[in-house]
Amino acid sequence: MIIRRSMKAALLGVSLALFATGAASAKNLVYCSEGSPEGFDSALYTAGTTFDASSKPVFNRLVEFKRGTTEVLPGLAESWSVSEDGLEYTFNLRKGVKFHTTSFFTPTRDFNADDVIFSFERQRDPNHPWHAYTAGASWEYFNGMSMPDLIKEIVKVDDHTVKFVLNRPEAPMIANLAMDFASILSAEYADKLAADGKMDMMNQEPVGTGPFSFVGYQKDAVIRYQAFADYWGGKQPIDNLIFAITPDASVRLQKLKAGECHVMPYPAPADIADIKADSNLNLMEQEGLNVGYLAYNTQMAPFDNPKVRKALNMAINKQAILDAVFQGAGQAAKNPIPPTMWSYNDQIVDDPYDPDAAKKMLDEAGVSGLKMKVWAMPVQRPYNPNARRMAELIQADFAKVGVEVEIVSYEWGEYLKRSTEKDRDGAILLGWTGDNGDPDNFLAVLLGCDGVGGANRAQWCHQPFDDLIQKAKTISDKAERTKLYEEAQVVFKEQAPWATIAHSVVFMPMSAKVSGYVMDPLGGHWFDGVDITE
Amino acid sequence: MTDTPTPAVSVEAESRNATRQMLAEFWFYFSRNRGAVVGLVVFVTLVLVALAAPVVAPHDPDMQYRDSFLTPPFWSEGGKTAFLLGTDAVGRDILSRLIYGARFSLFIGLVVVTIALTGGIVLGLVAGYFRGWVDTVIMRVMDVVLAFPSLLLALVLVAVLGPGLVNAMIAIALVLQPHFVRLTRAAVLAERSRDYVVAARLAGAGNLRLMFKTILPNCLAPLIVQATLSFSNAILDAAALGFLGMGAQPPTPEWGTMLAEAREFILRAWWVVTFPGLAILITVLAINLVGDGLRDALDPKLKRS
Amino acid sequence: MIRFLFGRLALLVPTFIGVTIVAFGFIRLLPGDPVLLLAGERGLSPERYNQLMEQFGFSEPIWRQYLDYIAGVLTGDLGNSIVTKKPVFDEFMALFPATVELALCAIVIAVALGIPAGILAAVRRGSVADQAIMGTALIGYSMPIFWWGLLLIILFSGILQWTPVSGRISLMYFFPQVTGFMLIDSLLSGQKGAFQSAVSHLILPSIVLATIPLAVIARQTRSAMLEVLGEDYVRTARAKGLAPLRVVGLHALRNAMIPVLTTIGLQVGVLLAGAILTETIFSWPGIGKWMIDSIARRDYPVVQGGLLMIALIVMIVNLTVDMLYGLVNPRIRHT
Repeated sequence: MIIRRSMKAALLGVSLALFATGAASAKNLVYCSEGSPEGFDSALYTAGTTFDASSKPVFNRLVEFKRGTTEVLPGLAESWSVSEDGLEYTFNLRKGVKFHTTSFFTPTRDFNADDVIFSFERQRDPNHPWHAYTAGASWEYFNGMSMPDLIKEIVKVDDHTVKFVLNRPEAPMIANLAMDFASILSAEYADKLAADGKMDMMNQEPVGTGPFSFVGYQKDAVIRYQAFADYWGGKQPIDNLIFAITPDASVRLQKLKAGECHVMPYPAPADIADIKADSNLNLMEQEGLNVGYLAYNTQMAPFDNPKVRKALNMAINKQAILDAVFQGAGQAAKNPIPPTMWSYNDQIVDDPYDPDAAKKMLDEAGVSGLKMKVWAMPVQRPYNPNARRMAELIQADFAKVGVEVEIVSYEWGEYLKRSTEKDRDGAILLGWTGDNGDPDNFLAVLLGCDGVGGANRAQWCHQPFDDLIQKAKTISDKAERTKLYEEAQVVFKEQAPWATIAHSVVFMPMSAKVSGYVMDPLGGHWFDGVDITE
Repeated sequence: MTDTPTPAVSVEAESRNATRQMLAEFWFYFSRNRGAVVGLVVFVTLVLVALAAPVVAPHDPDMQYRDSFLTPPFWSEGGKTAFLLGTDAVGRDILSRLIYGARFSLFIGLVVVTIALTGGIVLGLVAGYFRGWVDTVIMRVMDVVLAFPSLLLALVLVAVLGPGLVNAMIAIALVLQPHFVRLTRAAVLAERSRDYVVAARLAGAGNLRLMFKTILPNCLAPLIVQATLSFSNAILDAAALGFLGMGAQPPTPEWGTMLAEAREFILRAWWVVTFPGLAILITVLAINLVGDGLRDALDPKLKRS
Repeated sequence: MIRFLFGRLALLVPTFIGVTIVAFGFIRLLPGDPVLLLAGERGLSPERYNQLMEQFGFSEPIWRQYLDYIAGVLTGDLGNSIVTKKPVFDEFMALFPATVELALCAIVIAVALGIPAGILAAVRRGSVADQAIMGTALIGYSMPIFWWGLLLIILFSGILQWTPVSGRISLMYFFPQVTGFMLIDSLLSGQKGAFQSAVSHLILPSIVLATIPLAVIARQTRSAMLEVLGEDYVRTARAKGLAPLRVVGLHALRNAMIPVLTTIGLQVGVLLAGAILTETIFSWPGIGKWMIDSIARRDYPVVQGGLLMIALIVMIVNLTVDMLYGLVNPRIRHT
C-alpha cells in the first residue's frame, strides 16, 4: 500500500517537474467548483458536478452539443446517417484523433471504432469484463435513458464506422448520444489497466480525447488539468485548468474577489447585486433549463377539483417568492417547461395573484377551513434555492385565503420516495432540470400517465393531455411536435395539476480577465475556448 | 409508632436549620465571586426575557415584513428604528427572533440537563451500588459512548432520528449522559462504605432508600457543577447542530439555525451573522460564570485555600 | 508495566465491539433509502431498485450484514463509498493527514499559550493578569467556534485581506503529496513561497480549532498549579527560601503537569468534534467535513467507516495518555 503510493508519488513528481517548469509563463485558469466529483468515469454517475470535472474537460462524444445551445454537432463522429425505418444509426468516425499522453498512460494508436464499442458495450453487456469493474458500478444514465431496451446491437463495420441498431425508432437518440454518459474512453487504456490489475484507476485517472488532459486530483481540494496539445479541435488558449473545490458559495465569491479563482458557479442570490457592482467581475446570466413547482395530489379531495387547484395557484404571490427566495435570480413560471425550450407556449396567460378572487373560488367549490400540508425539500436545488423559505411564504399566502398550511419535510431520500406515493398527503415542492433539451423530457416524464406513482408527483393522469404528448413522441417532424406540445401546455394550464413557481436564472460570475466563456443551457460548465489575460 | 414522636420532630427541625445554614454559607462563598454574580444576573435577565418574550419582543418573530428585506441595524446607514437590530432575508425582525430564541436555548439546556441528569444519576447509582456485572455493563456502554467525539455522535444520532429540535435534545442528552453516570458512580463508591451508610443498612434501610435517600444527597455537589457545565454545553451543541442544519428547523428562531440561514449573507449583511452568535456567547458565558461560582462555593478544597 | 498495558488493552476489546455495533447499528437505522437517494428526482424502476439493493448488500438479513461487516473490518476493509465507489479506508487515509495537520497545529497553539498563561495566572493569583487571563479563557471556553470562525473570516479574509479564504495552499503551488502534511510537503517541494502559503492557509483554522482546548488547558494548568503550590512540600521549599522561580519551575510544575497532561489527551475528542465545524467553515479537506458531507448524502459505508476510525483513534489516544500517566505517576499502575 505504502510502496504503491510512494511509487505513484515519484511518478507523479516526474510529470509535475515538467508541468512546473512551464508554469511560470503558463496561463492558468482557476475554476472554484462547488463540490468534489464522485469519480472520473462519467457514465457511472448522474451529478453535474462530476460531469464538469470528467466528461466535459477530458472526454468527447460521438456528437456534441454546440457551445451554448442544445443543437447537436459532429464530435468524434464526422457524420452519421439514419436508415429509413429509423432503426439503424451509422456513424463515420473522425480520423487522426489522439488520446491524451499522461504520466500514467502513453497511447500507441489513434481513436477508432474499438473505443466506441468499448465505451458502450461495458454499459450494455452485463458479462462485459468492465461492466462491474468498480464496486457498486451502476450505469445510471444509460439505464435511466432506457438504453438497454433501446439498443439491439452495436456493430463495428470497419475501423472508422460504427452502427447502432435499435429495437424501436427513437427521435431523441442523437441528442442522447451527446450526453455525458456517452463519453468515449480509450479501449487501449482499459486493456492496459486490466493487464496491470488496476481496473479501479479507470475511475480515478481518466484518459480521453478531450481538450484537457487529467493531471491529478487531491481529494476534496484540487483537480488539475493541462491543455492537450494534440487536441483534434486545436490546443486551448489556456495552458492549465485548475478546479479549486469550494463548496460554500460565499467563500467562492471571496476567493473570486481575492483573485484566487477566475470563474465560479452558483453564487448566493444575496450576492448578485454586489457582484454586478464590482468592476473587476463580469456576471453572465442565463435562464436555466429547469422548473420549480408545487404539485398537488390530484387524486385526493379537495385537490381532485381543478377549480380548487386553480384557486390556490391564484393565492400564491410569485413575485414575493422571486424576491425573497430567488432574490431576483429567477423568473416566474407559467408553463411546465422553461422558456428557452422549443415549443414553449408564450400565448398562455399566467394565473393572476388575486387572494380575494381565490377565496371566492374556494367558497364556490365548497371548500372552507381547509388544512393542508406543504412539503419542503431539505436540499438546495437549482430550481429552488431554498424550499423552506418558499414554503413559509406560501404558508403566509394561503393563510390569507383561509387555508392553514403545515410545512413538513423529510430527509432527501425519504422525501423523494414518499412523494411518489399515490396517497401522499399534501402538496409538494419539487422541480426538474432538463437532460437534453427535448420537451418530452419534461412533459412526458413529469406529467404523463405512466409517471403516476413515480416521477409524476401530482399523480395526475389526464387523458386529453396524455394523448397529446404520447402522439408527439412518435412523430419526428419538429413543427408538428411543437404544435402538439403547445396544445398540451394549454390543457395543463386549465387543469392546473401544479402551481408552476419559477425558472431559476443561472448566474456565472467571473473575473473580467476571462474571455470566451459560454454558458451551457443544460447547466454544465465548459472551459474549451476560454481564455484569460494576465 | 406511638412511643417516641418528639425526637423525630426535633431531628427534622434540626436538619431544616442545618439546610438553612448550608445555604447561607453557600451564598456567602458564591457571592464573593463577582463574575458569578454578574453571570447570575445576566442569566436571570435572560430567563425573564425568555418568559416575557411576547411582551418584550417588538415584533412577531415569524412576521415577514415584505418591504424590509435585510434592513441593517438602526444605527447603520439605511437602518430603521422599527427594527433595532435589523431584519433577515425574509424581512423578520432579528431582535424579536433573538428574544424568542432565548426561549429555545434555555429550554434546550433545561430539557437536556434534566434528561441527562436523571438518567445519569439512576445509572450511576445502580452501577455504583450494585457493582458486579450490572456495573460492568453500564460502564462499558458509557465507554462506548465516550469513544466518539460528542458532536459527531450527536450528529449521527440526529441523522438517525431525523433533524429537529426534539431529536437534537435527545441526542445531546444521550451524549452528555456518561459524565453524570461516571460522577455519580464515583461518588457512590466513595460513600457506600462510609459509616453512616453502613449504619443505615444495619438499621434495615432498603436498597432504594439507601441509594436515593442516604447516598445521593451526599453526592450532589459535583453533580450540580456538572449540570451547570452540561447546561452550557447543551446550548452550544444544539446551536452547532442547528448550524449544521441538523438541529431546530427553520423558521424556528433558534440561534444556531439563524446562523446557518445567515451564512450566505456573510459578505453582505454582517448583522444577520453577528447577533445570533453574540447571543449564544453571552448566554453560555453567563452560565459558565455561574458554574465557576458554584464550583468554588461547593468545593470545600478550593474554599480552604 | 506490561501487565498494566495488557489490562488496559483487554478493557478496550468490549469497547471496540460496542463501537462496531454502534457504527453498524445506527447507520442501518438511518431513514431514507440510499439507493433512491442516488437516483434523485429521476426515480428508478422497481427491477433496477432491487438489483441495486442486491448489489450493495442491503437485501441480506441484518445479522448477516453485521458479520460480513466485522469480517471486513478485521481485514481492513471498510467497504466502498456509495457515492464515489472508492474504498472507505483509502478515502479516510487520503483526508486524514489534513485533519491531523490542523489538529496538531491547534494543540501546539493551545499548549504553547495555555500552559504559560495558566502558570502566570496561578503564580499571580488574584492579580489583574490572573483576572484577565481567566476572563479570556472563560470567554474562549464559552465560544461557539462556528461563529468565531465566521467572524475571523469576515475580519481577516474579508476586510483586511490578510489571510486566504479557504483551502490548504495557494493553487500556484503544485507538488506531489509525499506525507500528506502540507507544511512538510511544501518544504520538500523546494518551491519558493510554498511553505509560507501553507502556513497562511493554516493559521485561521488552527486558531479557531485551538480556542476551546486553549481555554481548557489554561484553566486546568492554573488550578493544578494552585493545588500544588498549596501543598506542604512547596510551602516548605518556599519557607526554606528557595527562589520563587525555582519553586515554580522545578517542584510545582512537574507535579502540576500530570493532570494537565490528562487534560491535553482528553482534548483529542474535543479537537475531532471541533474539526467537524472548523473544516466545514474553512472548506478544509479533512475527515470532519467528509463526515458531514457523507451524513448529508446518506453514504452509509462512509459514515460507518468514519465513525469507527474516529472512535478507534480516540481510544488509542486515550490509551496512550493512560500509559503516559502510568509512567509519570507510578502509583496508578498498582490500583
